[in-house]
Amino acid sequence: MDTFVQQLINGLTIGSIYALIALGYTMVYGILRLINFAHGDIYMVGAYAGFLLATLVFNSEPSIFAFVIVLLGSMAIAAAIGMAIERFAYRPVRKYSRMTTLITAIGMSLFIEYLFVFIFSGTPRSFPQLIQNDNYTIFGSATISASQMLIFAVSILLMITLQYIIFKTKIGKAMRAVSFNINSAKLMGINTDFVIAFTFAIGSALAAAGGVLTAQYNPKIEPLMGIIIGLKAFVAAVLGGIGNIPGAVLGGLLIGAAETLVVGYGNSIGIPSTYRDAVAFAILILVLLIRPAGLLGTNVQEKV
Amino acid sequence: MLTLENVSVSYGAIEALTDISLTVNQGEVVTLIGANGAGKTTTLRTITGLLEPKNGRVVYEGKTISGMATHRLVPMGIAMSPEGRGVFANLSVRENLEMGAYIRNDKKGIADDMERAFTLFPRMKEREQQKAGTLSGGEQQMLAMGRALMSRPRLLLLDEPSLGLAPLVVHSIFEAIDEIRSEGTTILLVEQNANAALQHSDRAYVMETGRIVMEGDSKQLAADPRVKEAYLGE
Ligand SMILES: Nc1ncnc2c1ncn2[C@@H]1O[C@H](COP(=O)(O)OP(=O)(O)OP(=O)(O)O)[C@@H](O)[C@H]1O
Ligand SMILES: [Mg+2]
Repeated sequence: MDTFVQQLINGLTIGSIYALIALGYTMVYGILRLINFAHGDIYMVGAYAGFLLATLVFNSEPSIFAFVIVLLGSMAIAAAIGMAIERFAYRPVRKYSRMTTLITAIGMSLFIEYLFVFIFSGTPRSFPQLIQNDNYTIFGSATISASQMLIFAVSILLMITLQYIIFKTKIGKAMRAVSFNINSAKLMGINTDFVIAFTFAIGSALAAAGGVLTAQYNPKIEPLMGIIIGLKAFVAAVLGGIGNIPGAVLGGLLIGAAETLVVGYGNSIGIPSTYRDAVAFAILILVLLIRPAGLLGTNVQEKV
Repeated sequence: MLTLENVSVSYGAIEALTDISLTVNQGEVVTLIGANGAGKTTTLRTITGLLEPKNGRVVYEGKTISGMATHRLVPMGIAMSPEGRGVFANLSVRENLEMGAYIRNDKKGIADDMERAFTLFPRMKEREQQKAGTLSGGEQQMLAMGRALMSRPRLLLLDEPSLGLAPLVVHSIFEAIDEIRSEGTTILLVEQNANAALQHSDRAYVMETGRIVMEGDSKQLAADPRVKEAYLGE
């Protein structure tokens, strides 16, 4: 029982990161029907941006203040990079087929990965410990580290903020309008290019937050770190129902929990723990077979 | 106020509009009638910048607007209720109206205009918090028109507002059109319901396969034997 609670805590930790990244996939898909393959790499870019900022502001004395600066700074940098990618890579090809944009996204992903290998080399870097990473005991004998608590706290805060933006602000309502009917949105005077760029900015900032939070938890960063986690987050978005925001969060948490439990208990039912990375993809196949719209996804019927 | 000068538009290799010229004067209700596929929607989409003319140009209040981005025409006073209504089904009725007022920042004025929309279409008031996707076809049409009015347009384009609606609802839509024009808004009305359209307009153009084949005073056109036979079912 105690190990179960422990596995669950660890699973939800990584699941929160998947959820943060999945949100970007699902928002961009919702607005452009594009799977932004470069999105996982933005998570990596966020971690590196945090790494560079940390070397600037960090004076080896752990402080939550330094962490907040690094977090917000890397989110801002990633938002700018996400908007630049949309502006200079995707927007020019958007008028051609959706496939063209998709291929551009795959190319962009490889470009970012190998640009970072070129600049920083493929050797992993060690992310500085910005906060005092103490362990705390909860539920009897399970432990939770300060960096895990940070992951939960920051993820929840960001998700509440996102919810507020999307449902209460003018730009958020415009995002929902554009995702439903882009031509109607234009007829309202909405600058849809701006709304699309804004969507990329938000998604990228969330992915970067995921990158920095993960680097606090597991302080090894390298240029290809976004590939597998990006794919899993994509699966999380599909599991929840791509285009559906609460679905992305639910999908992320479920996949995080499922793979940790496989690592913890798989051996006893004949699944080796080395299959960890396969869990998400097994789930993907099941979803596509059983419920392609995802858990919370609906095939909205347009009334005419 | 609005002039199309020899406008031609193609979808790929298919020419949908050939050498269209038409004029809408300030304060008028002008209707554009024609059979399915005549090019009426294409004409409105070209005016609003969703399509670009291959030849010719669109002039609005003295400025060439063809080639301009759609969203920039709204602050200039053009609004459209599109074919199929195009309401945001995932947004509430109120949020749809808010989107209609997207370009405005005067909270007070927006609130007043929302009340006006509710007076024009009382059913919208009852359904204020409901998702637009749950409205009936007629209610969606009212919402699309109310939403278009929220930007306080000087020129309102309506694409088949009566399509697929019960006679009673068609009647209230045309009453609303009369009401909107009496408040000084210029209207370009696309309709297949030629009978009602000719009754509620000053001038009319008749389209056939991408060309304008007749134009004139609505009363006179309604009495024209060719129009009677082809469009009024007499
Ligand atoms: N997106 C498109 N791609 C290719 N052809 C199109 C497209 N939209 C319309 N057309 C063609 O252009 C012509 C004019 O269509 P349009 O929609 O303007 O007609 P309409 O007068 O509005 O008809 P309706 O009364 O049925 O709405 C038709 O022949 C139609 O098939
Ligand atoms: Mg039409």
